[in-house]
Amino acid sequence: MVLELQNITMQFGGVKAIDDLSFGVKTGEIYGLIGPNGAGKTTLFNIVTGNYTQTKGKVAFNHEELSGLKPNMIVQRGIARTFQNIRLFKSMSVLDNVLIGFHNQANYTYLESILRLPRYFLYEKKLKSDAMNILERFGIADHAQTNAASLSYGNQRKVEIARALATNPKLLLLDEPAAGMNPNETADLSQIIQNIKDEYGLTILLIEHDMKFVNNMCDKVLVLDYGEEIFEGRPCDAIVDEKVVAAYLGDFKHA
Amino acid sequence: MKAIKIAFLVVAVVFVWFAQNHFDPYAVSILNNIAIFAILALSYNLINGVAGQFSLEPNGFVAIGAYVTALFLIPAATKIDMFALDAPSAGVLAMHTSFLPALIMSGVVASILAFILSIPVFRVRGDYLAIVTLGFGFIIRIFAMNQPTYTNGALGLNDIPEKANLYWTGFITIVTFVIMLNIIYSKYGRAMKAVRDDEDAAIAMGINTFWIKTYAFMTSAFFEGVGGGLMASMLTTIAPDQFTFLLTFQLLIIIVLGGLGSMSGTILGAVLVMGGTEWLRFLDQNMDIFGYNTGAHPGLRMVVFSILLIVLMLFARRGLFGNKELVDVFRRSK
Repeated sequence: MVLELQNITMQFGGVKAIDDLSFGVKTGEIYGLIGPNGAGKTTLFNIVTGNYTQTKGKVAFNHEELSGLKPNMIVQRGIARTFQNIRLFKSMSVLDNVLIGFHNQANYTYLESILRLPRYFLYEKKLKSDAMNILERFGIADHAQTNAASLSYGNQRKVEIARALATNPKLLLLDEPAAGMNPNETADLSQIIQNIKDEYGLTILLIEHDMKFVNNMCDKVLVLDYGEEIFEGRPCDAIVDEKVVAAYLGDFKHA
Repeated sequence: MKAIKIAFLVVAVVFVWFAQNHFDPYAVSILNNIAIFAILALSYNLINGVAGQFSLEPNGFVAIGAYVTALFLIPAATKIDMFALDAPSAGVLAMHTSFLPALIMSGVVASILAFILSIPVFRVRGDYLAIVTLGFGFIIRIFAMNQPTYTNGALGLNDIPEKANLYWTGFITIVTFVIMLNIIYSKYGRAMKAVRDDEDAAIAMGINTFWIKTYAFMTSAFFEGVGGGLMASMLTTIAPDQFTFLLTFQLLIIIVLGGLGSMSGTILGAVLVMGGTEWLRFLDQNMDIFGYNTGAHPGLRMVVFSILLIVLMLFARRGLFGNKELVDVFRRSK
């Protein structure tokens, strides 16, 4: 198990966003997190990344407890994320966006950058070629010097994933990676995600509403509704599960 | 690329040398003023423009720098004569060094204070940050006003040895400019810009944003302190009232005009704002327009200057340089 959540409860005032949830993600798996809007999927991401502190329960990453760590420390442990609404660094070039992901791998001090000592040049050169490598994988190397905000929506998504990948993660959290994409772009993206997963030996936890995408990609899904688990298993079984259908479309039988 | 940078440096150095030796004293004093404001604005732009932390404290750090340098330069005997309100404290009397160590001490003291200040200050973001830092500027001035054993209170310090000339101010401007660019084009500069664009996304990239902001703040304070020291030595007299919020405001005009986040723009902004207010001085005097004497209108200069500023900002909303540097212009053309 790369990621293990035990009895997680998250309470905002009187609202229980997540209620006593437990699940685990195995190494090398693509694990899907689905459910209607407001089911608590993004809240769960925020708990894993340390943005929220859960009311109850434990999160373990590679058998180490994550609770109490600051979000930037959790990234350094090897959990990277993308955001539901794309959050690129808009004033910067695509290359700089990816270079920011490499921040902690650039091993030179503040003084070394001010005085331009050899280590500065050494690492900047290495990281620039690493960053270009990642951009090539995503097929956006031509846009390296372009301002990130002026890219198409699909390409901005790619930059966001490329940037997360630059932090050298073991576990990648993707929050609706295919949202707002046309079928061609979605197919392209799932191919890229498969490729990088194999190449970097990643485990992926993703939130997605596009069921075709989930069906193609995920080894396993967890369906949430009102912060509670209603189904865990293979995606093809999820679509025919009574409770899942009821959660999405309403309960016709008992109406 | 490298050749262009070196050419810029050589031109700047030769200009400083030429101006100090061949310009008349009035022109040199204006250039001194421009250089000092350029140093202050460059460092202010690092925290405000590059790291995007809207802070309003530079008058505080400039005051600290000015007082530290002044106290280090004035001989002990002069201090005893000068401190009229209260006898100077033993520590103040013992302070004495030459000019360069005094300037460095100014920077160090300012940046240590910046470090202490950053702990409470960077707990808040946005407008709240502006208010908290504004308060710091006031505190420093009130401290200078009410601690006559250290600062001679409202009387200020006079007879500061005039060590600053264009070599000092000019070369320190060049050094500051180069250091700022070196920071911007490193992982720290990128991280500062990331904090400016989206702090939460920067955290999600594993950046410890508190330290990045603190680095920017301390660096900024260091050069504001040094600039303050140069200012004290150039003016030879300082008093708490010189370091009001208006000083911060002037720097803000320079960096907004030049472009938030652009160091090249800041230099141009300093030249335009400090040089422009001097150049427009003829407006305050009697003028003959086609034989009609307009009479003297003191203050007309600032009216015209403000109108020019408004017009400039209307046509260049994001400042003259936006957030680009001069080298970017050359890079694009290749």
